[in-house]
Amino acid sequence: MKFSEIKRHLAGYTVGIAGAGGLGSNCAVALARSGIGHLVIADHDIVDSSNLNRQYYFIDQVGMKKTEALKENIERINPETKVDIHNTVLSTENIPVIFRVCDVIVEAFDESGMKQMLAETVLSTWPERPLIIGSGLAGYGMTNKLKERILGRTLVVCGDEESETSDELPPMAPRVGIVANMQANAVIEILMKRKEHENNT
Amino acid sequence: MRITLNNRPEEFSNDEMTVSEMLRIKKFTYKMRIVKINGKLIKRDEYDNAIIRNGDDVQMLYLMSGG
Repeated sequence: MKFSEIKRHLAGYTVGIAGAGGLGSNCAVALARSGIGHLVIADHDIVDSSNLNRQYYFIDQVGMKKTEALKENIERINPETKVDIHNTVLSTENIPVIFRVCDVIVEAFDESGMKQMLAETVLSTWPERPLIIGSGLAGYGMTNKLKERILGRTLVVCGDEESETSDELPPMAPRVGIVANMQANAVIEILMKRKEHENNT
Repeated sequence: MRITLNNRPEEFSNDEMTVSEMLRIKKFTYKMRIVKINGKLIKRDEYDNAIIRNGDDVQMLYLMSGG
């Protein structure tokens, strides 16, 4: 299939990104480059200079809200992708509202407790909606340990499911970027299957 | 009882067990995870009451910090 055709199909979908750090910023950019029509991005944080080792921000954006900086960066890459931003701490109360219109949701938090809260909220609110989780990406090397695992029909986990960030095992651009792009890849695969399905019916 | 745990057959001496019991028996100490029994999400506060029975398909996913 030609890229123009893929892009035309992806333009019809909305993807939710929960967190605009290393996973969320890189995943959102990959999806915008691929022609996703609409991104809903939520984060409460501001860009810190320590984020620049892996997150899709620039030195002159330090101090900006991550959601606003990311929207700006995406508009500079592909203004055809519409970006809705929410500067808020995600919770069991607001997740069902903020991501209501999303076809697929990407879990892109840093902290494991937040990952669990989001996953449980999304899976209990919309059991059939695809959720792409990032888990296990700390350190460097060990490329072959990074994998995609699919549970049931709609739950996908990308990462090694082992390595946890610590002072000795920091998150770094290559492995975080690989997992963020694996998540974007999983989103595209799920949405392109809908095209095959439409063509067959 | 025999169950499928993450797509692999597993044998347990119990007739049935709660999710918390299974985590203890398997010595799964890591705290953050997602558990599904036969495709149904078991939330964290349900681990002490949710029962795993013979033949069940249990899926578990580990949530590691980092992003």
